[in-house]
Amino acid sequence: MTTTTPTRPAPRGPAVLARMTAVEAKLLVRDPSVLFFALVFPVLLLTVLGLVMPWADEPYGAEDPYLSQITAITGYTPIVLCLAVATVALSTFPATIATYRQRGVLRRLSTTPVGPTRLLTAQVLVNLGVLVVAAALAVASGVLVLDIALPESPLLVVGVFALAVLAAFGLGSVVAALAPTAAAANGWGMLLYFVSLFFAGVWLPLPAMPQVVQDVAQYTPLGAASQAMTAAWVGQPFPTTQVVVMVVWALVATPVAAKLFRWS
Amino acid sequence: MSTPVIQAERLRKTYGGTVAVADVSLTVERGEIYGVLGRNGAGKTTTVEMVAGLRTPDSGTVRVLGLDPTRDAAALHERVGLQLQESALPDRLRVREALDLYASFYGAPADPADLLDLLGLTAKASTAFKDLSGGQKQRLSVALALVGRPQVAILDELTTGLDPHARRETWAVVEAIRDSGVTIVLVTHLMEEAERLCDRIALIASGRVSAVGTPDEIVALAHGEQVLRVRPDGHVTDDALLGALAGVPGVRDASVADRALVVRGGGTLVQDVLVALDRHGVRTSDVRLDRASLEDAFVSLTGDGSETPADARATVPASTPEV
Repeated sequence: MTTTTPTRPAPRGPAVLARMTAVEAKLLVRDPSVLFFALVFPVLLLTVLGLVMPWADEPYGAEDPYLSQITAITGYTPIVLCLAVATVALSTFPATIATYRQRGVLRRLSTTPVGPTRLLTAQVLVNLGVLVVAAALAVASGVLVLDIALPESPLLVVGVFALAVLAAFGLGSVVAALAPTAAAANGWGMLLYFVSLFFAGVWLPLPAMPQVVQDVAQYTPLGAASQAMTAAWVGQPFPTTQVVVMVVWALVATPVAAKLFRWS
Repeated sequence: MSTPVIQAERLRKTYGGTVAVADVSLTVERGEIYGVLGRNGAGKTTTVEMVAGLRTPDSGTVRVLGLDPTRDAAALHERVGLQLQESALPDRLRVREALDLYASFYGAPADPADLLDLLGLTAKASTAFKDLSGGQKQRLSVALALVGRPQVAILDELTTGLDPHARRETWAVVEAIRDSGVTIVLVTHLMEEAERLCDRIALIASGRVSAVGTPDEIVALAHGEQVLRVRPDGHVTDDALLGALAGVPGVRDASVADRALVVRGGGTLVQDVLVALDRHGVRTSDVRLDRASLEDAFVSLTGDGSETPADARATVPASTPEV
């Protein structure tokens, strides 16, 4: 009907996603503050505490039959892993997405044949990549420098870590979906981040907290993650409640975020 | 061949109780620079967003290159490049990286190096987005809209916020793009820009098209009027001057002020008046013609003029008649 409208082969989705992911990775590496908090901070925190804190080599829990078998710094390792999860899921990821929305990056992509959805996927992949490296660095340093005990149930630790990622990214996605501006995403993300760190036991390990705090913590995504990962690490009974809590968070938050997400 | 590139009919879009676009129809032909001109908030951006498939009209139909923008969005975005108003890039993304990335979205992209050259960004290829000047950011934005080798490029408020020099540079780029065969829809609230670049203009006011035509036609629609001043050589009585104009076509009004004949009218006014005067022995070496500007047309066609368009030059030639 018009003149020539040649059918051009559409670029393949996986190739475009790979390219976008590579670009997002470059952008992240160029942001020193993100790089520090997401990648370096967990290993730095664990290593410094392990080296300078007098309590590091004492038993984690004096009375508990399991916790008394490990050092406090071993008990702190799952907490640091939860911190690593929370940093990317609640801080880096939602702030980046909200910035992209506010500045029209998503809108611009929606004018291309590719669309903005792949950018979200690329962002998740990049953040996951950083998180895996950060966690590996922390554990490696713990083993090599601090002589922490290895997990009793390594597969369960990995499984809990994966669930923690799903639950926390679900929550972070809700922030990314709802925050009207990048500043709002930052604020909400930070609030959730610090509450999560508290319940995960970053400032005061959970066994040292009142029972009521521990009870509340097990219903928060990262509190549940911290408790479940500790249980898997020291060989406590299977943390059923905490695992269910994380699954529920992931199953509820992710579709909610998808439903509420605004592209512009 | 004569099928319009863009055909929009009776588009309407409301947000809640606000009518953004009440009733807009546009027909854009292949190879032209089509201006969508109007005040801020007139509905220009919503209109082109519907044309580009970013928003679905409440009613009305759009066809772009024979495609339905809502249903065939992916196919449309292969062929239509869109430069959006205030659409940034990540701060740390570099010029060349952005172009390479966006080139990878299309089946047959332009060569990013050629585009950088065309837009004068070659020297900035490895500069981060945040370190570009406003004009450079806009040019990169245009480059991204063109990297898919579109048949149609929609450019929204291309030069807003640019200094006059950068603005002129960007205009030259738009003309170069058109010369390469791309049909261009240029959304603007700047008269000067529309007058300089556009082959045709749709004037939009309060969500409706109030006039369509070449810049000259729009001016004529508003006033249809030229003002000719003739100062005769030597002394000629007022009556003799006015009498000479009797029966001259196109003259609507004539008067003598300060020894000069002032004639208002349209069509071939200049030629007709000078011939008539000559026939009556009136010689002149002092002739001045004032025409209404697009600016005046804009004010008279888009409303009461009580709110001044953001960037409108306030000077209306003193000779311009009241409408």
